[in-house]
Amino acid sequence: MKSFQGKTLSWQVLDDAIELTLNRAPCNEIGQASLAELERFVAALPALQRDAQVLIISSARTEGFCAGADLRELYQVGQSLREAEKLAGLHDFLQRIHAVMNALDEAPLTTIATVHGVTFGGGFELALVCDLIIADKTARFCFPELRLGLIPGFGGIPRLKRDLGNAVVRDLLLTGRSINATKAQAVGLVSQVVAEGDALRVARSTAAQLKKFDRDTAIAAKKFIKPIPHEELRREIEVFCELFTRPTVAAGLRKFVESTDALPYLP
Amino acid sequence: MTNIEKTTDEVLRLAAEHFKVSREQLSPDDDFFKKLGINSLQALDLLTRIEQHFQIELPDYELQGVSDFRTLAERIQSRL
Repeated sequence: MKSFQGKTLSWQVLDDAIELTLNRAPCNEIGQASLAELERFVAALPALQRDAQVLIISSARTEGFCAGADLRELYQVGQSLREAEKLAGLHDFLQRIHAVMNALDEAPLTTIATVHGVTFGGGFELALVCDLIIADKTARFCFPELRLGLIPGFGGIPRLKRDLGNAVVRDLLLTGRSINATKAQAVGLVSQVVAEGDALRVARSTAAQLKKFDRDTAIAAKKFIKPIPHEELRREIEVFCELFTRPTVAAGLRKFVESTDALPYLP
Repeated sequence: MTNIEKTTDEVLRLAAEHFKVSREQLSPDDDFFKKLGINSLQALDLLTRIEQHFQIELPDYELQGVSDFRTLAERIQSRL
């Protein structure tokens, strides 16, 4: 299927590039519906790859690229389940999202995340699976999970460690603070910072350049320079699930979901 | 005009420009969430504009409990 229009995302092949566009209100939070459509995309990738050499992931939401996991859904589903069922459901969800992220990470294409505004938690993790991140000036990156008593669960720590120095990783994780696009470029996370609203145009221009190169060489180079930290990714799921069972997490989630504060993500 | 007054004035101008309200409608002691009717995501957007304009880094936890322009300007001033 060369194009698809779903409830949370769409894709099309345009000028030899696959364009995957996230579009779920308010800011592309990843819950069951988004995960199912991401899985559908990954299943379609082998066929799409025949006509494309580049994948561009972007967001149609003005608020940003992606605000991460759908915490409201996570909380509400958790409320209706017994502890063992909750944990089994969470484990299953994490394994499925990891499978999606790993497939995108090692896809035999050059992948570009085109980000703006909020790029938090799982959204940051989605950007991290891509080979290049092109950010417009409004982009902010953050791992707010520690504020809820958790660690990133979609592969964030192993991939951040793969790409950045440990001091930067500690700063981002342990403070939970957000950084802007300029800082993200300065620490080596972002490839290019562009004017507001210009990231997709620049990604397409970059894709046009990448398509000039021999495909097999690009794939070989990517395999050589971008190892997938499988063991750490597996451990991350286990640690996340262990932490999730603690009462502080339920309390943190409840506070976030029920908060009417102007800055609910700040504990 | 003192440095903090200049910074406050700049913040008011930036906020007015970004949220498309008249500069004259905003005062240093206004609660910017209420006055501008903004949510947390829009506040982050304003933070990004501020960091770019003043060429500083202002961790968002520094803004915890800050809701008026004058205190925001003080936080900025401490990083200049």
